[in-house]
Amino acid sequence: MYPEDYLYSTEHEWVRREGEDLCVIGVTHYAQDELGDVVFVELPEPGESVEANAEIGSIESVKAVAEIYSPVTGKVVESNSALDERPELINQDPHGEGWIAKLRITNPEELQELMSAGEYREYLESGG
Amino acid sequence: MVDFAGWEMPVSYSGVLEEHRAVRTAAGLFDVSHMGEIRVTGPGAEGFLQRMTPNDVGGLVPGRAHYSGLLTERGTYVDDLLVYRLAPDEFLLVVNAANAATDLAWLERHRNGAGDGEVEIEDVGESYALLALQGPRAATVLQGVTPLELKELRYYRFAPGEIGGHPALVSRTGYTGEDGFELYLAPEVAPVVWDRVLDAGRELGLRPAGLGARDTLRLEAAMALYGNELDRATTPFEAGLDWVVKLGKGEFLGRAALVAQREAGLERRLTGLEIVGKGIARHGYKVLADGRQVGAVTSGSWSPTLERGVALAYLPPRLGEPGTTLTVEARGRQLEAWVVRLPFYRRPAAEKE
Repeated sequence: MYPEDYLYSTEHEWVRREGEDLCVIGVTHYAQDELGDVVFVELPEPGESVEANAEIGSIESVKAVAEIYSPVTGKVVESNSALDERPELINQDPHGEGWIAKLRITNPEELQELMSAGEYREYLESGG
Repeated sequence: MVDFAGWEMPVSYSGVLEEHRAVRTAAGLFDVSHMGEIRVTGPGAEGFLQRMTPNDVGGLVPGRAHYSGLLTERGTYVDDLLVYRLAPDEFLLVVNAANAATDLAWLERHRNGAGDGEVEIEDVGESYALLALQGPRAATVLQGVTPLELKELRYYRFAPGEIGGHPALVSRTGYTGEDGFELYLAPEVAPVVWDRVLDAGRELGLRPAGLGARDTLRLEAAMALYGNELDRATTPFEAGLDWVVKLGKGEFLGRAALVAQREAGLERRLTGLEIVGKGIARHGYKVLADGRQVGAVTSGSWSPTLERGVALAYLPPRLGEPGTTLTVEARGRQLEAWVVRLPFYRRPAAEKE
């Protein structure tokens, strides 16, 4: 369920490292399941600077709205514009095609504060 | 599962959107056993309910039901409810789960009114499980498991019948804006009937549906929800439920206040809003006109049928004209909205009884 090579935040975002300073972020399966059917996604703009734990967008489902928090500090390189047309990708493939943004990170030490897949599973089991 | 007034209830089975679409295009089956039931019986029952509710119980013949309410002296809602006339001296009130205890106490407190005659009030909520089968194919599905002639059962009528051999009170009512039925059952047979109906309808597209779809469906149909659109500060006139109030039937609790409100005119009225562009207005969001707050959203969601955000809000009547543009403040963002006629969704006329 939760890829072993991803890192996870307490706010239910994931980070996949793509290179020295490039990361892809998204929301976890748990987050999309809690939200239910996603109908809109407000994405960060390419070029935008983001800080760790700051709001960078939001996800609206039929039931509720949830902020997206960046798990890391950096600059947005690309956001997943496929979500404008197909927001349901977040439900269908949250760890893959439903990715939110690509970031060029400026503070790689922050990654050490995130959880491994095993730690995240434990976090969920203890009540998230 | 969520806790709802002490009941464990599923928000959704397969996803709110899928369940919503199933009800609009085929059928959905809901477990709404949480609804409260109160039996009012005796030679004084009709007179008592005439006094306690704004709709005309005198015109309700056995085998028919109507939508009504319990109102305070100020004409505001203690609860909204359905009144079923089971027999000349026997009524069943179907009330909101969260209000059932309050309603019982309210009825008890007002029981000894002048000249009512003998009235018995009984909480029979534990005696009924309630399933709602809703959607354009509901009648076809149900006819497959009951000998009851459903063609004869018109809107807001009910009849005792059998479903899969189990006794049920079959009522042509619902809370989705579609044709459909509500099935009152003994709790012990409800699981069997649930399975039987689902099996009978699967090929026709019937899906189990939860609280989430129930809410989006009723919102599209602009049906009020107690606690959102209705409360002790709101009258039926403000809620656009004028047709429930029969001022000509004689005295009832809240009548004088409603007559006065009719004469004075309304300060606010329930109004439909559609969000222009991306965004969803939700319960509690402020509604602004020219930068000033003029009301708040009582219910708001994504409308799966219209594929945009829709909302209900109490607004001054001068802003109620369809096409009026307003702003909804959504977590610091401004959403453009315009006023639309209610309901947001009306089922195609061809499918009506």
